Amino acid sequence: MSYSTKVLDHYENPRNVGSFAQDEEGIATGMVGAPACGDVMKLQLKVNKDGIIEDAKFKTYGCGSAIASSSLVTEWVKGKTLDQALDIKNTHIAEELALPPVKIHCSVLAEDAIKAAVADYKSKHGTTVETNMCSSH
Amino acid sequence: MSNMAMFSLEKNHFALFGLAPAYRLDLTQLEQSYRDIQAQVHPDKHAHLGEVERRLAMQWSTHANEAYQTLRQPLARARYLLQLNGAESDENSNTAMSPAFLMEQMEWREAIGDAKAAEALADLEHLAGRLRAEIRQREEKLQQALDVERDFAAAAEQVRELKFMEKLREEIHFALEALEN
Repeated sequence: MSYSTKVLDHYENPRNVGSFAQDEEGIATGMVGAPACGDVMKLQLKVNKDGIIEDAKFKTYGCGSAIASSSLVTEWVKGKTLDQALDIKNTHIAEELALPPVKIHCSVLAEDAIKAAVADYKSKHGTTVETNMCSSH
Repeated sequence: MSNMAMFSLEKNHFALFGLAPAYRLDLTQLEQSYRDIQAQVHPDKHAHLGEVERRLAMQWSTHANEAYQTLRQPLARARYLLQLNGAESDENSNTAMSPAFLMEQMEWREAIGDAKAAEALADLEHLAGRLRAEIRQREEKLQQALDVERDFAAAAEQVRELKFMEKLREEIHFALEALEN
């Protein structure tokens, strides 16, 4: 199978590879896995006190498409709010990277990783964010 | 009419080989039954018969082969048992793996990656040994879930997790192969 140039670019020069320390302030972690291919993906978001994603890092063990999908997502989420990040759908990722049908599940995995990270953030910080916002008014 | 009349496409794979539907299987008996069937339906045996019989024999040969391959491999057998019981392993759509399991997967992948980068043959072999033990344990749990508890949701989850373990086995295999060359 031939990869698109965008997939190859992200695969050869992946953006934002790595991890944040789990105990760092405002870190949310989403981990997902695809049984079909055994790929695992970890996406971490660094969220500032205004609820904006300042930075993102990923670690993916999988094929070129899975790595490219997660690399692209780390670029796309930066500067977004958590709710805006949730608007990123697998179809956008697949379209941007020109993924063939057999690799669509890689983009689904990346979308699921965003959802998992946001859910992690909300379960850890959700209530405190709201409290802070209320008290500042 | 030939002795193929004894076969029926309605039969499930286990019944085809005269076996009870279970994850724990007598592989010797499976193999023996498979050979018996192939001996009866082998196209060469029907060369003297008409085209219809020969085509039927070919169909049976293919069907028996598929059934044999499915039952022979533990994961494929488990997946087939789930289907027989109206359950699915959902490997293509279910990405909701437990966080603890995914964390472990990350650790396995990192350990394999480190050993590969350091060209540490002993480390890779150690990982391969640990993985074999882990897979064996999981297959026992799968057998328990399928044959004893008939807990098909737990079995489906175990099948999904074993797919990741299979991937790890491949990764270690490729890493070892690369070192040996």
